[in-house]
Amino acid sequence: MKEYFGNIYTALATIFIGMKITFKHMFVPSVTIQYPEVKPQLPERERNRLYVNMDDCIGCDQCSRACPVSCIEIETTKSLPGEDLGKTSNGKKKALWVTNFTIDFAKCCYCQLCVFPCPTECIYMTDVYEFAEWERNKLVYDFATLTPEERQEKRDNLAKFNAEKEAEKLKAASEPKPEIKKDQPEEK
Amino acid sequence: MMYDFLVDLFGNSTLADIIAGTIQSILPLFVFILPFALFAVYLERKVSAHMQDRLGPMRTGWHGWKQTIADIIKLIQKEDIIATDNDKLLFNLAPIVVFVGSYAAFAAIPFSSYFIGTELDLGIFYIVAVTGLVVAGILMAGWASNNKYSLLGSMRSVAQIISYEIPTILVMLSLVMISGTMSLHTLSEQQTGYAWNWYIFGGPGMTLSKFLLIPSMFIGFLIIYISTLAEVNRTPFDIPEAESELVSGYHTEYSGMKFAMFFLAEYANMFAVSAIVVALFLGGYQSPIGYFGDLIGASWMIPIEQFTWFTIKGLFFVFVQMWLRWTLPRLRVDQLMTTSWKYLIPIAFVNLIIIGLITLL
Ligand code: SF4
Ligand code: SF4
Repeated sequence: MKEYFGNIYTALATIFIGMKITFKHMFVPSVTIQYPEVKPQLPERERNRLYVNMDDCIGCDQCSRACPVSCIEIETTKSLPGEDLGKTSNGKKKALWVTNFTIDFAKCCYCQLCVFPCPTECIYMTDVYEFAEWERNKLVYDFATLTPEERQEKRDNLAKFNAEKEAEKLKAASEPKPEIKKDQPEEK
Repeated sequence: MMYDFLVDLFGNSTLADIIAGTIQSILPLFVFILPFALFAVYLERKVSAHMQDRLGPMRTGWHGWKQTIADIIKLIQKEDIIATDNDKLLFNLAPIVVFVGSYAAFAAIPFSSYFIGTELDLGIFYIVAVTGLVVAGILMAGWASNNKYSLLGSMRSVAQIISYEIPTILVMLSLVMISGTMSLHTLSEQQTGYAWNWYIFGGPGMTLSKFLLIPSMFIGFLIIYISTLAEVNRTPFDIPEAESELVSGYHTEYSGMKFAMFFLAEYANMFAVSAIVVALFLGGYQSPIGYFGDLIGASWMIPIEQFTWFTIKGLFFVFVQMWLRWTLPRLRVDQLMTTSWKYLIPIAFVNLIIIGLITLL
């Protein structure tokens, strides 16, 4: 009998305790963030879309090699002897034209492994994470700053330069050997 | 009365009777149940959200108030799926029966002294009887769906409703003993005046028996509230729908408008049982603090005030139902039966006897 009334009392009392708690929560500010209007504060070292500052990129291909999924594609073209490509912000001399630099974000796993090897710290994570696309190939970002014509021009320049060099070499080979002449005085 | 007014309006003839009857019977649906259901679903979402520190719908309109309207439009557009193995006749009939059962209860509910579907002398009896249809409809739905979850849900539902009908009726009976009437309209009229004339405070008059009745009335109120909660399958008594066990119980197989009818019936039921509790214990449509219309001598305002009071009281108890839903976990089947047969029914019975003895005084 005692248990019977005890049960009733416990049931009612606990219900009221529960109701009090839920009622209090009605006035607690909600934790929901109204996402597109209000953006959450991202953590300090968040990993999102990459950005490459091409002014500083020396085209060393380190990032591409570090990438575990091979989603960075770099094509470089040697500069001609007379060309000055300027320096990077930490004083390295640029020697290569970066004629192609694409990152496929559909493949990228945001592991940040490409960021650390970069000697000029020009590839880094940004805070952009809203870049969904309807088509997958739109996720291939081209970072190279040269226009397509310029790229072709650089390639052609190099090809021409190489061809000239090749031609010179051939010419040099076909001429009587100058080395022998050179060597002889040294021997004497 | 509403009906007489309508008959007068269309001229006294048989045709007028028919027109008035039709309007009278359709009116609650469009004036009250549909807007109420839309509002209640919205309220439920908001209440649940805020109790869980969320925001609920926020996108459609100001604080998402258009959400339920969008939902109902979506439901209307949906395909009405009938599986090959369903029992077609029962399957199609079930939502109608359920809806009619809960809608018919509104006929005897006094919204105000003027707006009452029909002034039945047997109002309480009628409501208890007609809501029995809902049980049949639910069983039909579960059986015709040919789905184990539906069948389990509907069987649980029937067992539950039948068990909890008993304490409900016992409490209603004790009120009938005190008031000497089964008409909800008369019951409400008896509780006129101020809040202390309500039956939860022992009813009208200032006799000794009134004060003796107060504890019994509180117990009766609690019992009827708990058992009606079980009758409309709301948490903590929602084992017929138990989403985590039975998908969604007896209406698992329904889609589109038929599902909407179940949904509408559920929310209409929520208000109906709140309204019955209010009419029995909390003065029905009577104002607890007197009428403003009386004060300024505008008697036409009184029915409007009464309607407002009735809606407020009803909505409050609907809110408490939601509040409980987001507070309590679901009962197990055996706990459910224990609550009814071991606790509510004996207490209601003892209560009935005590009230009987007091009324003899
Ligand atoms: S973040 Fe990782 S996967 Fe993405 S480009 Fe860098 S190394 Fe490759
Ligand atoms: S590691 Fe840095 S500098 Fe080298 S290619 Fe990648 S982005 Fe350019």
